[in-house]
Amino acid sequence: MSKIPGDLRYTKSHEWVREAGADLVVGITDHAQDLMGDMVFVELPKPGTRLGAGKECAVVESVKAASDVYAPVAGEVIAVNEALGDAPETLNADPYGEGWLFKLRPSDPASVRALLDASAYEALLASEG
Amino acid sequence: MGHRTPLYEEHVKALARMVDFGGWDMPLHYGSQIAEHHAVRRHAGIFDVSHMRAVEVRGAGARAFLRYVLANDVDKLTVPGKALYGCLLDEQGGVLDDLITYFLAPDWFRLVVNAGPAEQDIAWLRGHAGGFDVEITPRPDLAMVAVQGPSAEDAASRVLSREECAALAGLKPFHAAIVGDTFLARTGYTGEAGFEVLVDAHRVTGLWRRFIAQGVAPAGLGARDTLRLEAGMNLYGHDMDTTVSPLESGLAWTVSFAGDREFIGRPALLRQRAQGGMRRLTGLLLQGPGVVRSGQIVRGDWGPGTVTSGSFSPSLSRGIGLVRVPAGAADGDACEVVGRSGQILGARLVAPPFVRHGRVLIDL
Repeated sequence: MSKIPGDLRYTKSHEWVREAGADLVVGITDHAQDLMGDMVFVELPKPGTRLGAGKECAVVESVKAASDVYAPVAGEVIAVNEALGDAPETLNADPYGEGWLFKLRPSDPASVRALLDASAYEALLASEG
Repeated sequence: MGHRTPLYEEHVKALARMVDFGGWDMPLHYGSQIAEHHAVRRHAGIFDVSHMRAVEVRGAGARAFLRYVLANDVDKLTVPGKALYGCLLDEQGGVLDDLITYFLAPDWFRLVVNAGPAEQDIAWLRGHAGGFDVEITPRPDLAMVAVQGPSAEDAASRVLSREECAALAGLKPFHAAIVGDTFLARTGYTGEAGFEVLVDAHRVTGLWRRFIAQGVAPAGLGARDTLRLEAGMNLYGHDMDTTVSPLESGLAWTVSFAGDREFIGRPALLRQRAQGGMRRLTGLLLQGPGVVRSGQIVRGDWGPGTVTSGSFSPSLSRGIGLVRVPAGAADGDACEVVGRSGQILGARLVAPPFVRHGRVLIDL
């Protein structure tokens, strides 16, 4: 069973969001990393990039497949996790911690409220079987 | 639900991610396919390969029959125990399967064929057995594991019986021996030292557990694929199938035209060779970050080619693949791979293998 921390928000495309003051930390869920298997490359957006909600903004690539990562809400990229460049396996080992992808300053601070909470995400995974 | 090997419960208990492979529920990995890959290159790993099918070919006409149905010539097998790799072809020279033939006695050969085409292979062999004094018997009662890696032999010394160890120690590469009910072969699909064991299905779980207790890592199909790709070995259904001949699949070395031996597919292969302009299968190395994917297009000065197998090489930390390219393409040539969103990745053709016996064999 994959981990779904109760204090995070989630998207249907398997990103997670953590509120950190006015900013959001974004990554991919334990379920997503588990499905993809060993990560070998991560392509991150440039800091300063403005993203629309649902916009493709990063690529995670495992031995098995490549997958787009989508912006959970609209906003500006303010930092990226450069350490993943040399250690993409961190995404497998610690998807909710050291494996974060980027930080976003949301255009609308309230937009995060529209994302799934942990129980809704858990229900989504259950429905995907 | 697919077919299950006798080790299915072991895989589930070990929390393997199970996938369909050729109609079988098989372990893809037990947590990390890259860790399993490194375990085989550096220490030892054990693979459940019981989905592959052993088929006995017995009878006074066994040798003549196999000389007719296989593109390689079993007359190269002069000493019992010796093995031969080769292809089963159709009349058009297309590859029905690739397989290993073990010569066990003058009237007894054992074939080990791939899981997916196994049933068709058996029907094909039986369909061409008329006129030969031969009996073809599949052995679903046997299970098979491959123990591979530099420490495989050491682990075997603590798992196998004294007689089995003695037999294994005396085996040269591509040779097999039968000790009691145990079939031991110095063959594999990883480019490392090691061996394969065929035993009665009831005995395989004990064998599996004993190797793991000796520190041999269970390894899944994911690691098996990256290991064989680094070792430059073809995968049936990807690098060749019935639409291509062995001459366009890097397997010309497994086709024996010596003498006037008549074998199925020979006339078609001779026509193809005479026509010239055959494509070739070779290796591909990405110059930068990325993962090569099967089906991607390769472009060079010589025109387009296709990736037949692609992945990420854990030993090289680079994208590698096998590619089928036009006749004019030479190893060392620069080329491009078209990525999944149309991006262009710089690459170079290289002669496989990429890695064997833990050593990198190409210039990065």
